[in-house]
Amino acid sequence: MAHQRMTGWRRENGRVGVRNHVIILPLDDLSNAACEAVANNVKGTLALPHAYGRLQFGADLDLHFRTLIGAGSNPNVAAVIVIGIEPQWTGRVVEGIRKTGKPVEGFWIEQHGDINTIAAASRKAKEFVQWASELPREPIEIGDLWISTKCGESDTTTGLASCPTVGNMYDKWIPEGIYGVFGETSEITGGEHICKARAASPEIGEKWYTMWKAYQDDVIEAHKTDDLSDSQPTKGNIEGGLTTIEEKALGNLEKIGRNCTFIDALEPAEAPAQGPGLYYMDTSSAAGECVTLMAAAGYVIHTFPTGQGNVCGNPIVPVIKITGNPRTVRTMSEHIDLDVSGILRREMTIEQAGDALIDLIGRTANGRLTATEALGHREFVMTKLYRSA
Amino acid sequence: MSIPHLLVHSPKDNVGVVVVEGLKAGTEMICVVTETDTDFRLVANADVSIGHKVALTDFAAGDTAIKYGEDIGRIVAPIRKGDHVHTHNLKTKRW
Repeated sequence: MAHQRMTGWRRENGRVGVRNHVIILPLDDLSNAACEAVANNVKGTLALPHAYGRLQFGADLDLHFRTLIGAGSNPNVAAVIVIGIEPQWTGRVVEGIRKTGKPVEGFWIEQHGDINTIAAASRKAKEFVQWASELPREPIEIGDLWISTKCGESDTTTGLASCPTVGNMYDKWIPEGIYGVFGETSEITGGEHICKARAASPEIGEKWYTMWKAYQDDVIEAHKTDDLSDSQPTKGNIEGGLTTIEEKALGNLEKIGRNCTFIDALEPAEAPAQGPGLYYMDTSSAAGECVTLMAAAGYVIHTFPTGQGNVCGNPIVPVIKITGNPRTVRTMSEHIDLDVSGILRREMTIEQAGDALIDLIGRTANGRLTATEALGHREFVMTKLYRSA
Repeated sequence: MSIPHLLVHSPKDNVGVVVVEGLKAGTEMICVVTETDTDFRLVANADVSIGHKVALTDFAAGDTAIKYGEDIGRIVAPIRKGDHVHTHNLKTKRW
């Protein structure tokens, strides 16, 4: 099919965004109130409140910083205000984001109080948002797009229709030079032999398998209290007809299409560094956590197949909802961007559905608000590796 | 061909997925194997919700359910062809 002309913002580091957000980013839970006050003062800015950032250490703290710095560095973000309780960790996030070359400034609350901090941060946020509002959209290429995927509230229709739709998009666009990523480590269980075989080399397959096995041993086996049949599949999955984790995994893997192989297995929120292609990322299968980690790795558009109607969005990345379930189309239409239920009726081929998704990705890049954006779904969920000190 | 009631991923599969709402017991379902685009007929033994599975064959406890041509778990109760297959008679082999 002929590709439509797409536009976006080319950032200081050469990466391309399809949104132009000015974000007010809290270092920690204590700073949420100040960030929300700044976003309320200065129209067109967006606060990203979250629950963590206190007394974390080691790999858990590293992931916290990687996620915050990654979110601020995402090319959908034009400029960033960071607010923390004290200057040192606040400065670490500011300096991490500054490497992209984009405007960023940090503020801290101790020895100022909320009100003075909010006043100073609001003045800077107003400068940033007026500056960003004059940045022009420019023509972009397909290869500029970083497109992530994760499904949610899956059912048997996702494996038949919406996941293969995403897979068809990747089969068509990975060869054109986009970056892709999939994850959901626990949810590959039952299909791990298939996933491992889709690695681009035996070494990458082993790297992936070690990651999957570690999750099984360190998280699932270490903490499980039963056979997890009430958790994976979820209650929503079971209502939708999915019975076992094996069945769910096989449907999940339909998202990577028929031909793509993945060229690296990334840590949570790790930016891909092996060039264009499909990547795996070690993530939870919970939607908010997974999409947040992929956004922090630099992905700018998310494709989200759903069966029973997962409503998850993200503050900085447009999340495109795709469903093949006609009941969900009927009962939750406001949440659905692309209806591929015609595949179940044999009125639409997966090939046609993939083309429809490609068209919608182009329109989304060009500014069409997704259902999650229009409805204000801004789930920003930090992944926590272990208990805080 | 009319709109199918049941889709089957692979010719190796022994379960299929109901893809219409309000399927009633006794319906002679139009069934399609998507991989081969072949069709067959099967009578549903129960009212089955959209998305839920139906047995394409008789099963004994201990048999393996196959979908996408792959093992999706262990049958834990006898099942007749046309019955509803779900958490009451199919369990994971994992975890």
